[in-house]
This record gives sequence, C-alpha cells and structure tokens, in this order.
Amino acid sequence: MRDTDDREPERYELSEPRRYVFELADIDRRGFLRVLTAMGGGLLVVAALPASAEQESGRGQRGGGSAPTGDLASWLHIDEHGRVTAYTGKVEIGQNIRTSLAQTIGDELRVPLSAIALIMADTDLTPFDQGTFGSRTTPTMAPVLARAAAAAREILIDRAAARWQADRATLQARDGTVVSSAGQSIPYGDLARGQTLAGVVAANVLETPRDRWTLRGTASPKVNGREFVTGRHAYTPDVGRPNMAIGRVVRPVAFGATPTSVRDERARAIPGVTVVHDGAFIGVVAPNERVAKQAAAAVDVQWDVPTGQSSSETIFDDLKKASASNARGGGAGSHVVGDVGQARAQAARTFAASYRIPYIAHVPLEPRAAVAEWEGGRVTVWTGTQRPFGVRTEVAEAFHLAEDRVRVIVPDMGSAYGGKHTGEHAIEAARLAKAAGRPVKLVYTRAEEFSWGYFRPAGVIEVNAGVDAKGRLTFWEFDNWNSGTAGLPTPYVVPNQRVVFHSVDSPLRQGSYRGLAATANHYVREMHMDAVARAVAIDAVQFRLAHIEDPRLRAVLTTAAARSGWPHPSRPGCALGIACGTEKGSYVATAAEVSNQPSGLRVERLVVVFEAGAIVNPDGLKNQTEGAVIQGLGGALFETIEFADGRILNGTMAQYRVPRFKDVPPVEVVLIDRKDLPSAGAGETPIVCVAPAIGSAARAFGRVAPRLPIALES
Amino acid sequence: MAQFVLRVNGRDHQVDGDPGDSLLSVLRYELGLTGSKFGCGEGFCGACTVLIDDQAARACVARLGAVANKPITTIEAIADGDRLHPVQAAFLETEAFQCGYCTPGMVMATIGLLKTTPNPSAADIARLLDRNVCRCGTYARIVSAITLAASKSRANS
Repeated sequence: MRDTDDREPERYELSEPRRYVFELADIDRRGFLRVLTAMGGGLLVVAALPASAEQESGRGQRGGGSAPTGDLASWLHIDEHGRVTAYTGKVEIGQNIRTSLAQTIGDELRVPLSAIALIMADTDLTPFDQGTFGSRTTPTMAPVLARAAAAAREILIDRAAARWQADRATLQARDGTVVSSAGQSIPYGDLARGQTLAGVVAANVLETPRDRWTLRGTASPKVNGREFVTGRHAYTPDVGRPNMAIGRVVRPVAFGATPTSVRDERARAIPGVTVVHDGAFIGVVAPNERVAKQAAAAVDVQWDVPTGQSSSETIFDDLKKASASNARGGGAGSHVVGDVGQARAQAARTFAASYRIPYIAHVPLEPRAAVAEWEGGRVTVWTGTQRPFGVRTEVAEAFHLAEDRVRVIVPDMGSAYGGKHTGEHAIEAARLAKAAGRPVKLVYTRAEEFSWGYFRPAGVIEVNAGVDAKGRLTFWEFDNWNSGTAGLPTPYVVPNQRVVFHSVDSPLRQGSYRGLAATANHYVREMHMDAVARAVAIDAVQFRLAHIEDPRLRAVLTTAAARSGWPHPSRPGCALGIACGTEKGSYVATAAEVSNQPSGLRVERLVVVFEAGAIVNPDGLKNQTEGAVIQGLGGALFETIEFADGRILNGTMAQYRVPRFKDVPPVEVVLIDRKDLPSAGAGETPIVCVAPAIGSAARAFGRVAPRLPIALES
Repeated sequence: MAQFVLRVNGRDHQVDGDPGDSLLSVLRYELGLTGSKFGCGEGFCGACTVLIDDQAARACVARLGAVANKPITTIEAIADGDRLHPVQAAFLETEAFQCGYCTPGMVMATIGLLKTTPNPSAADIARLLDRNVCRCGTYARIVSAITLAASKSRANS
C-alpha cells in the first residue's frame, strides 16, 4: 500500500485539475541562457532528477501521471569571484533549508557556506518546482543540488587539469580552489572568469560518500539568522513598492454566502478609494490601512446565506453520511490482506472503538499576504506560498494570461505548516492592483486567516482488532472518513487486515497540515494498540515489539522506552505513555509523562526518539523535532475549530488556543544518526506520536474519551 | 484627523491620523519600520511588541492618541550599529527561532521583561511572556536565550 501512496495525498488542491504540460528542456534552455547572461558568464550546471528515478523510488505521483516531469531541477552558478549561487524553486518556511541546502552544496563543492547564496522560489529565476511540502526537500532536492555541486567540482578540476596540462588524478578541490600535488593552486573564480561554461550533470557524477561529509552533518547556524533577530528580513507583509496602496476584501458573512445586493456609493465617495465588484469578489483599495478599513465597512452588501450547514457538533455524523452517498468512498486508500471476516469469527477477543478528529487551524504567525504589481500586461506577485509555480498557474488562469506573464516571488516565509498551498490571496491582490492601477498590498487579518484559509481535515476513524488466546493480533480493521491516507497502514505485522480510507466532500475547506493525516491515524492506531495491550495484560512496549519486524521502528521504540524509564514514571502521581510510528520514511517513538491536575491533564515530560537516516544538520533537525512536538501538543490537548451556520466561532488568537510558554514541558530529543542510510523526510514525522503517548498515559487516571483533543470522560 | 508627535527611536515624527489608529499600522506604513510584525491585531501573539515608556507593549492595540509624545523603541533601534543587543545576540547564539516571524517581538518582550525581572525563572518567563507566541514551537530555546541574556547582563553590571 505504501508503494502506491501519494506523495501528498490530502493536498486539497490535488483534487483540482492540473492543466499545464511542462517541457523541462525548453525551460532549462531558456533559463540557462538568461541566467548565464545575467550573471556575466561563468560556470553553470543544470541538474535534474529524471522523473523515472522518482517513479523507481516508489514516490511517484498517483492518479494518472498528470504531474509535470522534472520537478526536481536546480541550477548552480559560479562567477568570476568564485561566488556560488544555487537556484531552486523550493521555499524557506522556517524549516531551515536555506542553510541545509547550502551545507550540501558547500560540502560537495568544497567551498565555505559564506561563498554560497541561494535564489529560492522566484518563478522568473528558478527552475520549476512542484512545491515545498511533504518533508521532501532533504530527501529529494538536496541530492539534486549535491549532484550539481559535485559535477561543478569535477568540471573545475577538468579545467585546471587542462590549464596546467596536469594529470587529473593529481588534482583536488579544496576550499574554493583546485590544488595540485605539485603545489599549484587556482581559485574557482579564476577558472570561471571569462568563460561561458555550461554543463549538465552526468549520470555517473561522483558524490561524496555520507561517511566523508564535512559540512553536512554539522550544526551550522542559520545562514541568515542575523536578519531575523534584527527584524530586517522582509516577509511578504513587509514588502513595499513605490506608490503602493492597501487592499482589503469584503468577505461574505458566512461560507457559501452570495451577494444579493451591493451598494458601494459611500465607499466610492471616500477620496482615493477604488471599489472592485467583480462577480463574487468585492474589495477596496485605499491609500492606507485606516482608509481601507473604513472603505470596506462602507460597502453595504446583502448576503444570501445557505441554511442547514454543518457544525462542529454535527460534523462527525455528517462526514459518515456524506461518505455513504459518495461513490469515491473506499477507493484509493483500500488495503486488504488475508481474510478479516474469518479471523474476526475465530478471534479469542475483539476490541472496537470509534474516534473523532476535529478540524484544526495552522495559525501561521505570518498571515496570508500578497503584494501585486502590474506592468505592461505582466503581473508580479510577492506572496507567502509553498507552491510558487502552482500560484503562478492560479494567477495566470484567473486573469487569462500566459504563465510567462506572471511572476511569483516568495520571500522566506513566516511559517506555513502545510497551510499555504493555495494562491487566493495572490489573486485577490492582483485583482485589486489591476483595478487601482498601482501596486497593492493585501494582508489578511487574523480573523480572515482563520476563516478563509483552510483546515486540517476533520475525520471519523473506526478501528476493530482481534487477538488469539496468546494475545497476538489476528486481524486489524481501520476505517478512516476524511482525515486522509497518510500514516493509514499499520506498521505492525498482522496477518489479516482491512484498512480503508473513505473520501468525503468536507463541509469546510481543508488541506495539508504538518504530518497530514498521520497524526490522526497514529493517534487512533497507537491508542488502540495500547488499549489491546492493557486488555490482554501485556506490557505496551512488549506487545508492540511482538508485532514489529522493521528494525528501525524497533530501535526508536526500545530507545524511547529505555530513555523514559519505561514503565516507571520518574515521580509519583505521574503516568507514562508511549507510542511509535513511521512516516515520510523516518521513524519516531514518543514517551509522555502525564499528571492529572485539578485543572486537567498536564504533560510533565516528553522523550522523543527520532531517526531520519543520515542527519544533515543536527541542531536544525533538533529544532524541527522540538517544534513539531510542541505543535503536536496543541492538537493533542486543546486545539479544535468550532463552527456553525457557515461561520467560525473561535477564529481569533484569543479564542483559538495554540501552545504557549506555559504549555511546554521539558522535551528530551534523542536523534539517531544513520549515516549508512539516505536522509529521509524529517520536518513532520515527530508530530505524529505526541497525542497517543499523552492519551495512553492519561488512561492511568480514567477512561480517555475516543477523540482529539484528549480529555478524560467525566 | 489630527496631528500627533510620535517619538520613535529617539526621533520625533509628525503624524496625521486618528487617535484610534493602531501604533503598529503607523510604524509599518507611515514610518516604514517593518521590523515589528503584524500577527493577530488583537494583542495576543506579541509579534508586534515594542517598548513604550521602556515597557514592553503590543503595538497593534496601542492607539496613536495614547502613545503620542511617549518614547517608543522598536527592534530597528536596539542594536548598536553592527553590534547586536545582548538579547539579540543570545537569540542568535541559541538559534531560538525557525521562521523568525515572532523573533523581533520576542526580543523586544525579553528586553522589557529583563528590565523588571533581571533574573527570571522559567515560570516567570512563562507568565510574563504568555502573550508572545512562537508558532514554530521554539519556546525552550527562547527560555535558554533569555536565561543566557540575563546572565550576560548580570555579568556586565
């Protein structure tokens, strides 16, 4: 089942048709010349992972191969000063790839980080990239850049060998120069000067073996950390353009509401204000923020609001009802082995449960924002998105433009967590800018971000499992309505399985979230493993180990048990819980120590053991792991979107509780570095076992309600 | 509309506006000081934290009429040229951020906190910075940064 697993199955926008056909060769040729000319010559290396290699690695695109090929291209340029510039369509969101990719390049090219700059996510300057999601940059883009850098290194050695008429074998690259055993030395810049060298990466390029990494594997500080502590980094909301105005969208009063009458005379009467009313879109442009707010309030709209909308009370019944009438139900995610019916009939004991998973919000601190500027029939949009090229397509389609008339630039973002795959804000800003005839900035209010972004899907998950007389699992049934397919298959060895994803049309707009559905699926699976272990009176770690063959999963689980002191909590009044799993090719086990206070459950301590293959930047990975775990605390303990009648009821920072300082327990992160394995996806996986570790610990204090967020039944 | 004097980073600015205008909006759009970030507009995330009268305050909910003529310090003015403020240096040293969007506000909130509580415990920090959110979850690192900055300032005083 994992072989057919989509790289990002819950991606909301995947259900929308992809129309373009992408010719890698053309784009590369144009890009080649443009970049080389712009850079005044030098050495340019183009690297692309062939689409076939993607397929072979089992990570191909599901659903008929509509995806563009060559989405893992990158360019590497060396100028006459020896400066290295890498071009990638990937986006920096805080996951630290601007640094980790530079480490990869520097390592292969034998140059210090200070010599490397990354041009990222600018559709005019960087090669096509499908998007930054699914923890894929390190496992897939880093190898492409590594190959480009290694190829550049070899080309430079070739040039030096030719120049010195020396035996190539006597030369090596070191610290930005090529040196010979005879004592000659020449900087890369000198080799690139006056040249127009272009190379495509050969299939047999020699990459540095992982056990000989020097820059990779070290805790390099963030290359532009100073920009953040000084406030100098310009995120999209900080971008300014000459003569720029401020935009605001007049939002419907509820989801699905349509305007029946629009009276904008009062708004139009305000000096300097432009009102746009185009179909369902209503917005204003004003010289400043205050006037924009006034003008938006002065547009008088009557709305027709559809009745009978789902609410946070009815959603779980609604999802199952919707599925019953949905032909796609039980489709792509189904996985059946053995004979579950027979195993169920023969089981010594069976255990069934039904869990509810609410919608939750990403709450990126930088809200959706865009600055749009038109010039000569072309539009440039600075915006926060994880899919710059996807947003280019969205904007081009919205305005009936050829894609080369749209440029999308993504400044390093104030986070996203899967929540910024779409480009509605870019289109809105562009529409307003077009009407106003000047650049327009649009920054979502926090309330807009809550209501008009999208959510982590809600879901219903039903599980049924049986054991034989010795307490071995004989069957496993798992039905997931709407949460998604990530983390759906069980990593435990069970002879008879029926695992089904039921696709449902969600009442609320939904999409990716860090870890996707793996959080929900791990929560239910691990809670149920814990419940069965308790029922058959087998230690929860031993019960799991009896059903795990994968040595990497065994390793994280046994390490987490040892480091947490399992099964004994470190102090009286506390209880320990544990969970493990695998997602994005990496492995995690989490142990939680929990107490039961008058104010509710409190997490006193977490131990997280994480293994993601070869580690590129240990401190960056530790930071990501800690962050994923803290983010996981919110969904585990208190986050839930409340809604009714087409409105979000807790869509403010004051009402929607995200983890704060007071919520953070001591977190011990143990990273297992496997230099014998390729680097796997890492930014998401550590989130998936937080909730079940806490939930299973909480069972020491009473019955835990089968839902998220976790609470004891009263 | 009326005219106000805003005393920002040691300079006086004549600003036309309404008394109810958000200080953050004026800083970012009128004065071009974009280091203070917009996060929620409710005073609940702290990304816009500045010092007003030497106390940490949320610029998004501070009103122009109430802060006129008072000394205001923003993230742009705390470094001494290229020399970082000790709190900035501590955040950099501990890499107490990921996306960095909360960082200017965290730094300013920390400067405010250390003025009243020079030797804060983790519990003090949790209480006094309850309205500063790091959505990336780097709280433990921020506590380390604050502790480091506090110990350095004590050593220097």
